[in-house]
Amino acid sequence: MSIPSNFGFGEEEQTLRDAARKFLAEQLPTDRLHRLVAGHQAGSPRWDPALWEQMAALGWTGVGVPERCGGVGMPFVAAVALAEEAGRAALPSPLIGTLQSSALLAACGNAEADAVLTQIASGKAVAPGITGPRGGWRGQDCALEVQGGCLSGTAHWVQDAAKADVFLLKARGSAGTGLYAVQADAPGLSLQPDAIVDLSRDQARLSLASVPAVELAAPGTADSVIAAAEPALFTLVSADLCGAAEWLLQTTVEYARVRQQFDRQIGFFQAVKHPLVDVMIAIDSARSHLYNAASAVDHDPAVSLRAAHMAKSAAAEAARFGASRAVQFHGGIGFTWECYVQVYFKRQLHNEALYGDAAWHRARLAEMLLGPVGA
Amino acid sequence: MSDSARKDSPEQSAFREHCRSWIAANLPPPSPVRLPQSALEIMTREQLDYLCAWQKAAYDAGLVGCDYPVDCGGGGRTDCQRVANEEMQRSAAPYFPNIIGLGMAAPTVFYHGSDALKRQVLPALLSGEEIWCQGFSEPGAGSDLASVQTFAERRGDRWVINGHKVWTSLAHFASWMILLARTDKSSKYDGLSYFVVPIRAALGKGVTVRPLIKMTGETGFNEVIFEDLEIDDALRLDEVGKGWTVAMTTLAHERGAGILVTPQSGGSRRGDGDAGLVSALVELARQSWRNGQCAADDPVIRDRLAQLLVREEGFRLNLKRARVAGLTDHPMRLMLQYKLLMSEVAQEAGRLGMDIAGNAGSLYVSDPAAPQAGRWPLAYMNSFGFTIAAGTSEVQRNILGERVLGLAKTK
Repeated sequence: MSIPSNFGFGEEEQTLRDAARKFLAEQLPTDRLHRLVAGHQAGSPRWDPALWEQMAALGWTGVGVPERCGGVGMPFVAAVALAEEAGRAALPSPLIGTLQSSALLAACGNAEADAVLTQIASGKAVAPGITGPRGGWRGQDCALEVQGGCLSGTAHWVQDAAKADVFLLKARGSAGTGLYAVQADAPGLSLQPDAIVDLSRDQARLSLASVPAVELAAPGTADSVIAAAEPALFTLVSADLCGAAEWLLQTTVEYARVRQQFDRQIGFFQAVKHPLVDVMIAIDSARSHLYNAASAVDHDPAVSLRAAHMAKSAAAEAARFGASRAVQFHGGIGFTWECYVQVYFKRQLHNEALYGDAAWHRARLAEMLLGPVGA
Repeated sequence: MSDSARKDSPEQSAFREHCRSWIAANLPPPSPVRLPQSALEIMTREQLDYLCAWQKAAYDAGLVGCDYPVDCGGGGRTDCQRVANEEMQRSAAPYFPNIIGLGMAAPTVFYHGSDALKRQVLPALLSGEEIWCQGFSEPGAGSDLASVQTFAERRGDRWVINGHKVWTSLAHFASWMILLARTDKSSKYDGLSYFVVPIRAALGKGVTVRPLIKMTGETGFNEVIFEDLEIDDALRLDEVGKGWTVAMTTLAHERGAGILVTPQSGGSRRGDGDAGLVSALVELARQSWRNGQCAADDPVIRDRLAQLLVREEGFRLNLKRARVAGLTDHPMRLMLQYKLLMSEVAQEAGRLGMDIAGNAGSLYVSDPAAPQAGRWPLAYMNSFGFTIAAGTSEVQRNILGERVLGLAKTK
């Protein structure tokens, strides 16, 4: 199998992407986004559930869900295109987690997983909770236990938990870790929100006391399911990073074209111009890696993990550099709460760390190139 | 089936088969003399003869100049040079020696020369029988290229040229030079005109070529001095005063952003031969000791190798993405990065090779113990040729900032 020359972005995928971009630009312009997430209204939800319902009605949640489960059945590149637009809009929503959940459920490949996929296709939000207290998503880093079909313990670092209808949780049994579906309103489940830097999403710890769960992957098989979904998990976060990075670049370039100092547009000065070019170069490399990794998931699974490691490391580096230059080149106003840049800056900080930062992904690539240290 | 083959037209598909079978049967034996890292450092007649024989053979087989009209010495095909390039780069083919002719002079003459001039000069250029060089830079005109002072004075149907060109690669073998000269001292950009000059025929008769030695110890570039050289007006490209416009055609092709696909052989120079630099460095890291430790176990070396992999593959994927209209925001955004990325990736690779080798990184090409024949210190030093020539990296960043991002112009 090999990756097509257009990375699998055919007419339908591009139409979907363009429609999503237009929809989000109309429904969530940046001033509205800022009021929503940074508006200081105590107790107000920092997202728009009505907007989410519209997105679900457009079929976004089920974009990659197979048709037999009621989904749209488009290739993974379509999900990646949506995730990139979500990043460009700094969209507060459970979309990324739901798309990631689709990949995990597809890797489970059984009737129980299909039932959850059907829920996704009907517009339900599903949040993965597979990362352990120490930040790993494989092996024994897990603070949940399964006994008699019920889960007890704590799930950590769950993204957009307050927006989710269903959680996919990793739990440890006597035969190893398995994967389970839990309804968000199940008795015995409570949610402790983390106070996070990022304003455009929420994160929580879940406490579970003997909560009934549906087994999606038997004890001892969670790692292989997660491993199969890893390229998709990494690539979706990379897409969000790339979309947000491009917004920050374009917004900063626009500012450098209007802001005048020393009687000139500040973009005239090479101390501003050249770093902005370097940000563009970093984003372009990251985007080329992104589409390659997305297409590898569809067309060449054998190389998809390597491609996804490259995509996440490139996207995280581009994001770090671009976000810092965006604040710096906006000057004093860039340091304020009222400037829209801060919303994206914080989203990028959060995205960088999700599912491995750039250095972690490069360490995996180095192992692929050179073997483990001491080999 | 490769993904490039997937979209071939019937003509391209048949041509690809021809290229593949011809290359398989006609790849030349290894050079009897050590070859430099690129055509720009060709020093000796033996090196040149070996490479010219390869270019001539590839030309005779129809792999060079495929898309030029037949009466210009071309193959008269449509969008087939790309196919020939892909097939030559897939094989371990040597590079072509007439790199400035093929990459810069030919497209410029094709777009701006008279029909008679095209028929006169292009066939021997494409076959490699006549080598070309570029007369742009001067002692006082580097990044500010439009300030060139070499002057062409009109006398009827003739022009008399006086001036001094520098960093002129291949001038010591060249039959022809593309020349940017001033024809009007009262206007900077509109006072320039563009000529092709038969310098070899004029050696000692108005043209002097002197070799310059590079920091690597290699020759390959020169200074060229014009003293009252007379040429015919038929050798002018485009109108008098349009030299800057013509030069932009040359520079766009030099930087990989031109309209014509120019003949390219030898995969490594374009950086898109299967992660070529990284795999050579991985091999080096496995064999190298530095600071008392195997380089492959050094965490900083490991991270830099992974970084280089991501950059090199990203560059290769950019070239692929540039051909997908729906995945590029601005038509020139990716192609205008080509020269900057290629040269800076090569620079980091050369530097990393030296660092991986540790103490052995001190050994140069003439030391038999030098790792990989001294490739890395040579590559590192040569890489500055690429980050400086054809518009420095700083000029490239100006171009990208101004043309793609729309930032205020430096000049």
